[in-house]
Amino acid sequence: MQPLEQRDEVEMLSLMLLIRRFEERASQQYQAQKIGGFCHLYIGQEAVVTGAVAAVRDDDYIITAYRDHAHALARGTSANACMAELFGKETGCSRGLGGSMHFFDRQHHMYGGHAIVGAHVPLAVGMAFAIKYRGEDRVTLCFFGDGAINQGSFHEALNLAALYKLPIVFICENNLFAMGTSVKRSTSLKQIVDRAEGYDIPGEIVDGMNFREVRDKIAEIVDSIRKESHPAFLEVRTYRYRGHSMSDPASYRTKQELEKYRLDDPITRLRAQLTREGRLTNEQFDLLDKRAKETVLAAVKFAEKSPEPPLDKLYDYTYANGAAEAGVPDTSKREESAPKESGATAG
Amino acid sequence: MREITYRQALNEALAEELERDPNVFLMGEEVAEYQGAYKVSHGLLQRFGPRRIVDTPISENGFAGLGVGAAMVGLRPIIEFMTFSFSLVAFDQVVNNAPNMFTMSGGQFNIPITFRGPNGPAHQLGATHSHATEPLYANAPGLKICTPATPRDAKGLLKTAVRDNNPVLVLEAELLYSSKGMVEPPDEELLIPLGKAEVKREGNDVSVICYAQTVPLALKVAAQLEEEDISAEIVDLRSIKPLDEKAIFDSVAKTHRVVIVEQDRPFCGVGAEVCYRIQKNIFDELDAPIIRVSQEDVPMPYNERLEKAVLPNADKVIAAVKRVCYA
Repeated sequence: MQPLEQRDEVEMLSLMLLIRRFEERASQQYQAQKIGGFCHLYIGQEAVVTGAVAAVRDDDYIITAYRDHAHALARGTSANACMAELFGKETGCSRGLGGSMHFFDRQHHMYGGHAIVGAHVPLAVGMAFAIKYRGEDRVTLCFFGDGAINQGSFHEALNLAALYKLPIVFICENNLFAMGTSVKRSTSLKQIVDRAEGYDIPGEIVDGMNFREVRDKIAEIVDSIRKESHPAFLEVRTYRYRGHSMSDPASYRTKQELEKYRLDDPITRLRAQLTREGRLTNEQFDLLDKRAKETVLAAVKFAEKSPEPPLDKLYDYTYANGAAEAGVPDTSKREESAPKESGATAG
Repeated sequence: MREITYRQALNEALAEELERDPNVFLMGEEVAEYQGAYKVSHGLLQRFGPRRIVDTPISENGFAGLGVGAAMVGLRPIIEFMTFSFSLVAFDQVVNNAPNMFTMSGGQFNIPITFRGPNGPAHQLGATHSHATEPLYANAPGLKICTPATPRDAKGLLKTAVRDNNPVLVLEAELLYSSKGMVEPPDEELLIPLGKAEVKREGNDVSVICYAQTVPLALKVAAQLEEEDISAEIVDLRSIKPLDEKAIFDSVAKTHRVVIVEQDRPFCGVGAEVCYRIQKNIFDELDAPIIRVSQEDVPMPYNERLEKAVLPNADKVIAAVKRVCYA
């Protein structure tokens, strides 16, 4: 990818389209029973992660919850690897062992894909701890939903990050509902950002339907963190058009509410901005959309053709190199790279 | 060899691993300025500084998770639980995040983390502070668990745990911190592999399989039994997972009688698994049904007399041995 100053907004619009078309196709494939388990779609929230990746370096750490397809795509994981993961195939970004909620991509610094609400927030703090421990100038972006902010792990993590002054941005993707429970019914605050105040962490609110606003705010925060390590909190107000997961008809909200947000669609908005500024024609937009659709369709074909993870490797991913049984290796010089797999099993 | 305490042995292991690998750090409640709730980390703050010996607030879930995250990006955290009874507050991190990550990520993220601290019933601490957590954690694939019973094993197993590329639980024995034993001198590298049991005393008539706090108990009983001409072989598992089946089977094939003395509770306890594996693999070697001596299946009472009644003791072990020996 290009350095972020030059990262083209048309390219980011194209990424949003890829995410949207990917999720639509995932929905269709789920209904066709090609995808199992739970499947949570990001449609409506595209400007959040797209704005975020446009504001940071490629080697900054990103970690999120279970609505994670877009975070992998935004980080550069291929649509093929993402769709193959949904299909449970060996070519998936987690070799078909993680599924929709557990996308990982070490190469692109995408650290999951975590499905226990709030449980990954301490992990993000640990990644930020490692940054400071090594004296690096990276930043960790930790995404989570409005449902996570009432978990104990979230509170413990914020306190630790503030106490140790760690380089982390807590990004709350407030889509108004934790599954079917509205923020009003779950949270004893007028606004979510006030959670940060309790830990002396600077907090701000941003319009999550506006790509530019998200990008510029995160860029400003990250710039400040790189100068002097500290945590920050960002409440991003967004909306998911679909239910919590594929099985949720979202009957807890009105059609009028959904329509109101659809009119404020993040893709339509960035498209309009670019068109107004003479940087994008209708023809160009149609071409971008066509490409996104083709990429996703090709990803479905790739996933269908890909092999299943082999049965005889079932035990290969339980323990990393069974060194301790065989003798003890010197790990002090271990690089930050995936370990060699072996068939060691315990017990 | 020189004689040191179990606590000193652990302290040496920590210091040596911190010295050896700059990616290793120690984190937990009271590990730094207070010098450790049980003084295991005594002097480490002074020697390695606050960057690597890190005090935390009382937030087990938070700092256990912090350790897992730091391990994801290449550090090798040692997370101290003031006791493993408190690790239950961090159960999600220890069971759901640490051991699942390697699988869930298709082998991209292994978690080289050590969780350590005292485990098992101590003395009159009541129900919340007396948990023997090994069967809870042994049920989670992806974790390794060791239970040192001597200073030498404590040092060698902890050092190995820190170097392992997986999450390892070092379940220390609270009642043994001040116990003494012979350990190699500090200039001699001492590493004891995980998954290797040790025969702590040889015998011919009965195999007494034990670990952690039940090892000194079993050794004491063996001495008493000798006076009654019963020769007990004491097999210290040292690791619960991986389990050293070979050492167990070798001993049983020699004695043909088995008593399992465990510090946990009976239902789905460690002994149940050991029992299952023996009968499944070497049924014909058995001359008597296996007997388990464990805690009683009740929350730990505070009252001293009742607590003693709950725990394994010499009388219970002797009775069990005599039953399997038809003596």
